[in-house]
Amino acid sequence: MTTLAQAVGDGAVITKRNLLKIKRVPELLVFATLSPIMFVLLFAFIFGSAIPLPGVDYKEFLMAGIFTQTVVFGSTITGASLAEDLQKGLIDRFRSLPMARSAVLVGRTTADIGNNVVTIFVMAVTGLLVGWRIRTSVLEALAAFALLLLFAYAISWLMALVGLSVKSPEVVQNASFIIIFPITFIANTFVPTDNFPPALKAFANWNPVSSVTLAARELFGNTSPALPPPDVWPAEHPVVYSLIWIVGILVIFVPLSVRKYQSAAGR
Amino acid sequence: MAAVEVEGLVKKFKETTALAGVDLVVPEATVLGLLGPNGAGKTTVVRILSTLLKADAGSARIFGKDVVAHADEVRSMIGLTGQYAAVDEYLTGQENLEMIGRLYHLTRSDSRQRATTLLDRFDLADAADRIAKTYSGGMRRRLDIAASLIARPRVLFLDEPTTGLDPRSRIGMWEFIASLVSEGTTILLTTQYLEEADRLADGIVVIDHGKVIARGTADQLKSQVGGHRLEFTVSDVAELPTLRERVAPLGVDDPVIDEQSRSLSLPVRGGAEVLRDALRLLDDSGVTLVDVGLRRPDLDDVFLILTGHASEAPSSNGALDAGSSDGAAPVRSGRHALKGADQ
Repeated sequence: MTTLAQAVGDGAVITKRNLLKIKRVPELLVFATLSPIMFVLLFAFIFGSAIPLPGVDYKEFLMAGIFTQTVVFGSTITGASLAEDLQKGLIDRFRSLPMARSAVLVGRTTADIGNNVVTIFVMAVTGLLVGWRIRTSVLEALAAFALLLLFAYAISWLMALVGLSVKSPEVVQNASFIIIFPITFIANTFVPTDNFPPALKAFANWNPVSSVTLAARELFGNTSPALPPPDVWPAEHPVVYSLIWIVGILVIFVPLSVRKYQSAAGR
Repeated sequence: MAAVEVEGLVKKFKETTALAGVDLVVPEATVLGLLGPNGAGKTTVVRILSTLLKADAGSARIFGKDVVAHADEVRSMIGLTGQYAAVDEYLTGQENLEMIGRLYHLTRSDSRQRATTLLDRFDLADAADRIAKTYSGGMRRRLDIAASLIARPRVLFLDEPTTGLDPRSRIGMWEFIASLVSEGTTILLTTQYLEEADRLADGIVVIDHGKVIARGTADQLKSQVGGHRLEFTVSDVAELPTLRERVAPLGVDDPVIDEQSRSLSLPVRGGAEVLRDALRLLDDSGVTLVDVGLRRPDLDDVFLILTGHASEAPSSNGALDAGSSDGAAPVRSGRHALKGADQ
């Protein structure tokens, strides 16, 4: 068996293991999907009632943003699960086995795509029920979902490094909360960035969360000529800019995480 | 070729020196007991041998393969059971074992077959399809050990394998370990239970503060520590002076009297014949013996004398008793004497 085939095989074994957990503890999935439903409803009806937008219904504007925020938050599962495996001594066991050094991380991040697929599906259905509409084609909508999943996958690798560096899953949750909240709010996720203070506006305009959101929004057809994107390069090329970030994050954090894994010590 | 060879292993964690030059050899199909108090460096040795940790200096080989340069080959030959049961709580016992089998690159059917066999052998067949979260501590422990055996490792590392097991499971584990060795598996076992090392280990290495302070067979270590002791228990404290007077001439040192337990302990040279002599001396003394015996030094005594403190295992195995009845004074002098003898 070649090294690559073996790495893929080992990764698949770990992916299966992680997916089995979703099956064994369905409550996790129930709560993981309830909160996005709640967010869609809260934002759509609470913010939606107070934020009038020119040319586009707020519910339509909102969905791309809330998709992005949710999948980014979902990636913390990667870090928290790895921290838990580390704490329970499972990483020690895996590291003593003749398996590929990448397998635990590949298996984890891959299983977490599954998690995000379910979450996005539930949110999309909820959105459609409350008035969200895809105004383009199926293909463009699928491209938007694919971009969201890719972005989440990249963030998962970043979170993997965090998870392997801390001592307990709770730390991952708390630490990521502090980082992810500002990153997903100082962006075009919930409101247009036009009236942000200058510093926040500059941050928001170059924030990859904004470009992923804008790319998805355009691919869903939830934009309006009356609400033009800001006059900056990332906003003019949101898909390209998003892909640059995704590739950049993967190029940096895949090797860093795999390296960290090789010296990670539980307890 | 020795199954495990370790030379001059050094490992520092920031300021603390976990290992300060450890050498050891484990011949194939034998058990080496690695003994030492908490923090002595036992687990660090195991982590380095199982490729989890890199040493700062020195080398370690498993059947001639260096644990750093040929880590993957080493990993295919070893099984590791750490101090904490590393099982996936959300998988069933069967799934846990099959997963590990697949990661050792056994075929799907081999993994399944080995899993079933091992679950049966570890008395977990009935729980095979339950998720491990529902297992008791002892069951998890057994599942963990089964996992480390799935690919028939040639060398097995057991880091305190019976910690947390009830006495019955512990004896079961000992029988199991003995049977593995008879099938040709080499085992390196760390333990705080001296009784365990005494019972299982062919060779014993005692480490403290990251250094080997003694090595040999259990019998060699015991004879290093000293001879036998006669122990008497009488029914009335008032009989102790008479007892002392009669038996003291047999001793090589002064008897130690403990009024609390109405007992007398006398260091002697020689074996069972001393006991016979002692009983003869007491024939018409009027002393009522409740208990009498010839006690060989156990590893608790060895441990106490070598490290200067009693083993830190729970007192269930008598480790602390040894500490309290032997007193501290002979310990310090004995320690230096032994260190010299060991060189």
